[in-house]
Amino acid sequence: MKLSSNGQANSHPEPDAAIVAEGVAKQYHIGLREQSRDTLLQSVLALVSAPLNNLRQLRRLSDVSDDDAPDVLWALRDVSFQVAPGEVVGLIGRNGAGKSTLLKILSRITPPTRGRVTLNGRVSSLLEVGTGFHPELTGRENVYLNGTILGMRKGEVDRRFDEIVAFSEVEKFIDTPVKRYSSGMRVRLAFAVSAHLQSEILLVDEVLAVGDAAFQEKCLRAMDGIAQTGRTVLLVSHNMQVIQQLCGRALLFEGGRLAADGAPPAVVAQYLSHAAAASLPSAVRLGDELCLNRLSVTQNGAPAGEWLDRGRPFEIHLHYDVLRPVRNLLLGFNVVAGDGANLFRTYDMLSAGLGERQPGSYESVLRLPGGVLPSGHYFFEVVAGLHRLRWLSKGDVRLRLNLGGGRETDVDFPGAVAPLGDWTVTPHGDASHGLNGSNRSDG
Amino acid sequence: MTTQLKPQSIVIEPAHRRAVIDWRELREYRDLFYFLIDRDIKVLYKQTVLGFGWAILRPVLSMVIFTVIFGGLAQVDSDGVPYALFSYAALVPWLYFSTALSAGALSLVNNTDMLTKVYFPRLIFPLTPVFSKLVDFAISFVLVFGLMAWFRVPPTPRLLALPLFIALMMLTTAGISLWLAAMSVQYRDVKHAMPFLTQILMYAAPVVWSAALIGERFGPTGRLLFGLYPMVGVIEGFRVALLNTGPLPWDMLGVGTLSAAIIFVTGLFYFRRMEVTFADVA
Repeated sequence: MKLSSNGQANSHPEPDAAIVAEGVAKQYHIGLREQSRDTLLQSVLALVSAPLNNLRQLRRLSDVSDDDAPDVLWALRDVSFQVAPGEVVGLIGRNGAGKSTLLKILSRITPPTRGRVTLNGRVSSLLEVGTGFHPELTGRENVYLNGTILGMRKGEVDRRFDEIVAFSEVEKFIDTPVKRYSSGMRVRLAFAVSAHLQSEILLVDEVLAVGDAAFQEKCLRAMDGIAQTGRTVLLVSHNMQVIQQLCGRALLFEGGRLAADGAPPAVVAQYLSHAAAASLPSAVRLGDELCLNRLSVTQNGAPAGEWLDRGRPFEIHLHYDVLRPVRNLLLGFNVVAGDGANLFRTYDMLSAGLGERQPGSYESVLRLPGGVLPSGHYFFEVVAGLHRLRWLSKGDVRLRLNLGGGRETDVDFPGAVAPLGDWTVTPHGDASHGLNGSNRSDG
Repeated sequence: MTTQLKPQSIVIEPAHRRAVIDWRELREYRDLFYFLIDRDIKVLYKQTVLGFGWAILRPVLSMVIFTVIFGGLAQVDSDGVPYALFSYAALVPWLYFSTALSAGALSLVNNTDMLTKVYFPRLIFPLTPVFSKLVDFAISFVLVFGLMAWFRVPPTPRLLALPLFIALMMLTTAGISLWLAAMSVQYRDVKHAMPFLTQILMYAAPVVWSAALIGERFGPTGRLLFGLYPMVGVIEGFRVALLNTGPLPWDMLGVGTLSAAIIFVTGLFYFRRMEVTFADVA
């Protein structure tokens, strides 16, 4: 489902825009690296002068100046845009591109260093679900506390209390201390409060990344609902599927600057074309023999980002140069689960053999079938070596991938591996009228 | 740039030329203030056997210790009333001050997750304990009358002055909390210094010793100088109003009120100036 975009940003601020950002910039002071001490005397002297140095460093943390000192980081540079009321805008970009900093400025958690933002309407932000939840308080008390933290008045919480509790599915335990809840219940209750905020502008940061698959699905539906009530929504997500499904417009951030602004498919495509290569900051030398230029991922014949559909096959492409003739080359991946478990290793010699490989440019493609790995995130570590001789690289370069379900159902299939097999269900005798669910499998 | 502002529009700019107190905003968030105070009170004695019994036990145990050491062993002068009563009357405001101050000073450091995730007026944080700790204070205060009956000390009309002293006690707590809380975000030293600071502040106030000593040793000027520390006037005020141990110390209370007001107002300015950096530094 796509939401209509109410128009692109233009050079003059419209009087009725919901959000107007003009030249917003944000500077951070990050701590300078500690100097190393070589001798005992230096260490002792450093110990004595440490309080003075610490004081100087700590003072700089809150010091806001426009200089380009080495410990200065510009998280946002000269960002301008407008959002019309009712628009649902996705913010995308790599980690550290400035998306979250922008949301923090819009939600008034931190002020901009330069520029100005005008917000027309009440703002509430879902930067993290469950902020301020206290384990000793009951669900009911936490709903009120969390609601007021997020900017609701007590009366508003009163009015929506039943809805919130119904959404969270924890009715039976609403007067139990939250510390007795399962983590799933806690997240559900927290999201329920957030989903019922009554503000004109809603800022959302990756809240959809919490909970199990079934709950994520529910959150997505809730976000759909929020988007359809005509509220202005700014949504940060790394999940391109979500961005394309919910948003009518997308903003791409790169290095603190606004790099693209437009319809989600085009902006997402621009992001992905960079993002796949982005896991390699530059070409990486593997020993004297290899130079790894680029890693990319495709699924369904199109470039894909970090998020893949676990049910369909996908391909990982290694683009590299062979710098001198090599024999017995082993090049491939170690596949590691998100929790660190080593799953399997595979090399391209399965196709190319161990014979001599001449200098030149190559592309090795690993094609993995769908429906083998369960939902979750994985690391594909590049391993390269000369068989029975030495390693060139083992885990220096790694690609992070997230496998998620398609959204047809919200059923989760847990387990270490996930070949789901083929099912046939045949009604017998009395039960022959028993299969009339919408998800019935024909055959 | 002329942008038509709707009534509810918010402008976010770097150089915050804001009012020292944004009353409209505080009014909008008064329910949160209420719920945070409510949380503090409800959570304090959760999963304890004695519950609010601790509100009685803490001052009583301190009283017993002080009575044995300072009243019994050291024979400290107690203005002609039993030492137990003498120290308990001072412990009631003192324990309020020290617990509320510690909680207020560390309120930001202990809630950095909220500080960096959501916006609401930050002033609410250090001011919450100023109110929530009044519950303990009220409970321990009631026991004073029990002790007075036990030791046969009759109440006097001077009791009517107590609300003034309570107000000054809260103002002092709020002012110092604002300073320490704002400092603690950037300088975590505050956290480590708090136990010593409260100890120093206790011995600087006439909790275990009699305020009459100040006048005897340092004369009227000394009384005024000591009075700059507002808790001196507050504690002596409590003692006199409850136990009728001498004239009400209006000189120290006057100086104390003045200095408490200055600490509070400057604390407010300092807090509001530092506030914009909290989320970045925390």
